[in-house]
Amino acid sequence: MLQWLPENVSTFGQGVDNLFYAIYYLTLVVFILVMGTLIVFLIKYRHQEGKKADYIEGSTTLEIAWTAATTVIVFVLAMFSYPQWNNIKSPTQFPENPDVVVQVSGKQFNWDMTYPGPDNEFGTDDDLELENELHVPVNAVVHIRLTSIDVIHSFFVPQLRLKQDALPNRFINVWFEATKAGRYEIPCAELCGFGHSGMLGYLNVHTQADYDAWVQERWPQ
Amino acid sequence: MHDTEHASHDHEESFIRKYIFSLDHKTIGKQFLIYGLIMFFVGGGLALLFRWQLAYPDEPLPIIGASQQYLDEGEVVTGADRMWERIYDSDKEEWLETNMPSGVITPQFYNMLFTMHATIMVFFVVVPILVGAFGNFLIPLMIGTRDMAFPILNMLSFWLAVLAAIVMAVGFFVPGGHAAAGWTGYAPLSADPQWTGVEWGQNLWAISLLIQGFSSLVGSINYITTIINMRAPGMTLFRMPLVIWSLFIVAILLLLAFPVLSSALALLIFDRLAGTTFFSATAEGGGDPLLWQHLFWFFGHPEVYILILPGMGIASELIAVFSRKPVFGYRSMVWAMIAIAFLGWIVWGHHMFQSGMRPGLGSIFMTTTMLIAVPSAIKTFNWLGTMFRGSIRFTTPMLHGIAFVSMFVIGGLSGIYMANTPVDIFIHDTYYIVAHIHYVVFGGSLFAIFGGIIFWFPKMYGRYMNDALSKIHFWLTFIAFNCTFFPMHILGVGGHMRRISNPQQYEFLQGFEGMNIFITMSAFTLGFAQLILVFNFFWSMYKGKVAEQNPWHVNTLEWEAPTPVPHGNFGQIPTVHRGPYEYSVPGEESDWIPQAQPEHAPATSGD
Repeated sequence: MLQWLPENVSTFGQGVDNLFYAIYYLTLVVFILVMGTLIVFLIKYRHQEGKKADYIEGSTTLEIAWTAATTVIVFVLAMFSYPQWNNIKSPTQFPENPDVVVQVSGKQFNWDMTYPGPDNEFGTDDDLELENELHVPVNAVVHIRLTSIDVIHSFFVPQLRLKQDALPNRFINVWFEATKAGRYEIPCAELCGFGHSGMLGYLNVHTQADYDAWVQERWPQ
Repeated sequence: MHDTEHASHDHEESFIRKYIFSLDHKTIGKQFLIYGLIMFFVGGGLALLFRWQLAYPDEPLPIIGASQQYLDEGEVVTGADRMWERIYDSDKEEWLETNMPSGVITPQFYNMLFTMHATIMVFFVVVPILVGAFGNFLIPLMIGTRDMAFPILNMLSFWLAVLAAIVMAVGFFVPGGHAAAGWTGYAPLSADPQWTGVEWGQNLWAISLLIQGFSSLVGSINYITTIINMRAPGMTLFRMPLVIWSLFIVAILLLLAFPVLSSALALLIFDRLAGTTFFSATAEGGGDPLLWQHLFWFFGHPEVYILILPGMGIASELIAVFSRKPVFGYRSMVWAMIAIAFLGWIVWGHHMFQSGMRPGLGSIFMTTTMLIAVPSAIKTFNWLGTMFRGSIRFTTPMLHGIAFVSMFVIGGLSGIYMANTPVDIFIHDTYYIVAHIHYVVFGGSLFAIFGGIIFWFPKMYGRYMNDALSKIHFWLTFIAFNCTFFPMHILGVGGHMRRISNPQQYEFLQGFEGMNIFITMSAFTLGFAQLILVFNFFWSMYKGKVAEQNPWHVNTLEWEAPTPVPHGNFGQIPTVHRGPYEYSVPGEESDWIPQAQPEHAPATSGD
């Protein structure tokens, strides 16, 4: 089933995918064991003339065993998940000194991208605003200030394994580092009105040379 | 013990008192059942409409859609073309023209369709049938009493639900259309008409749910009081059947959860009509969209367990009866349900992992959420344990019980993916969650409902449902259900967002067209299979084979009552001598010992 996952092109995406695979195999094994047992029981203990069911009220040992086993599995899985989650979402753990900082603002039904320009400050004359086109270099840390001007939207880049809701009047920090140049879609993943379907931006991941050329073109020195 | 109160008021009641404004818990239960079945068709029909759009985006609907010639050249070919010609010629703004010009579903109408599908299925189908119908019918009969503690409140509960349904129905026809902000009604989309163009639709949605909240509240007070105070002599709490335990726990959840939704809805109505800004995010307003999500899900997650716990209770009854064995680990089954109900209060944040809530909270909610796997596993293993060394009868209700367990296993396991915060980043708001919720609420609750209807039908109407039709319905439903919802896991893994009306707009979803068509075809099959159930239900009510008093040889008290059950239920209130699942007791000739049978008396057939 997991071959349906889109290609991963972010540094943290592999960690997400590993957990995905771990849970997939864990649940697959549990599923096969439970369903296998069920089917065996259904066949073996089907009603047969002259055979009575055994009177069994339960087993404390078994109850304790499967309660303990499930609890242990749950906590082990949680322990492996905390660092991945914090790595992706906790602003205190983001890589410092980003190579690019962009403000992304959702509005019905577009993504507005704002670059701070050479002075690295938003709200100045050299800011650059683009509709639905985000440009970043490959293998570089990108920080996004995510916000919205109307309703809740959700910034989703499937290939980056990244999704974050954009809230009006609030700035949420997001980071990623893309590992492969290309053009990727940025759908909105949270219902935002009649134009929700088709609210679509693009993430253009350039090689460093192409990105430098793009910067040169936008802000000629 | 002599029962002085003779409760069978045998005087003739008028038709209205008996069938419409009835105070009898059995009639009210049946009213809720028929109410739920009618709404089931409304909710299902809405789903089929939007499934068409997902399979064939922007193509006219079959039958009522205009033909291609008409669309291309304006040439009237079919009857539908004539209808559209007439609609376009009229000066009035027709409902069909606004919502599906030429039979093509507009994006706005699409949003309304899935919003109302979920709202109706959750609030007007599953809860009314599980809690309203089974709760009302079963509680007094199974604990051995004559009626609910407050019969007038009970009647009020049903008629409030009818009023809520009427208000909800009106919403479809007001200008601006019905609510289109999802069944979760996330603010600010839902809180200000300027974002959706929906005016009174969203208001009526909120008002209807407020009324439905009162209906549930009134019902839950009744259930709790009845179960605590009115159990038959000898019916201790730990002699109650598991389905009664589940309804008891659910009533407590409803009592505590629904007021939270009601408060949130009241604030939403203030935001929409009185200009307050509880959920709006303007700098001067002081409100916060996340407040809505916290309130909604603080109600919403217990609500999910309200939808599944009675299903677990029903499945436990079916599996024990038809395995002819005691429920394996009866007490741990009860404690597992209590644990699920308790954990249900501290997991709501898992709906909000990607909402902008502080990431540290995400880790905490992940832990509490994954802990739900523990009581769920206990229940699943105990169901298996109940079948172990049993003598399994593959009756149609049992097939539904087995389907419940299997589908609940899939729905439970798929929940772990979303409970896991890093994996949830990717699959949040995709078809993965759509698959998960349907495996729990359709695969779980609805199979339990179907099984329960067939199982208790002989007690409700004194007749059997037609078994051949029931079996056809079961297998068609089981296969079509899995064909409809299993592929949605794959869509989710592919990143297919939920609530989009046209997947063809996205390059990365191009490969899923065939799968969407397959799902739609399966969904139509699933929908048509339900017609068999409803036909069987109403046909059997009048023409079914007459049933004896206790056709399945069940121990619990409802089968002690004569069929059809008279007003007041029991001639003399039975005394309970043992637990509900004394099947295949060693040394006994019969493989069942009714709860009401005195000790050391020879087993008698209840027929």
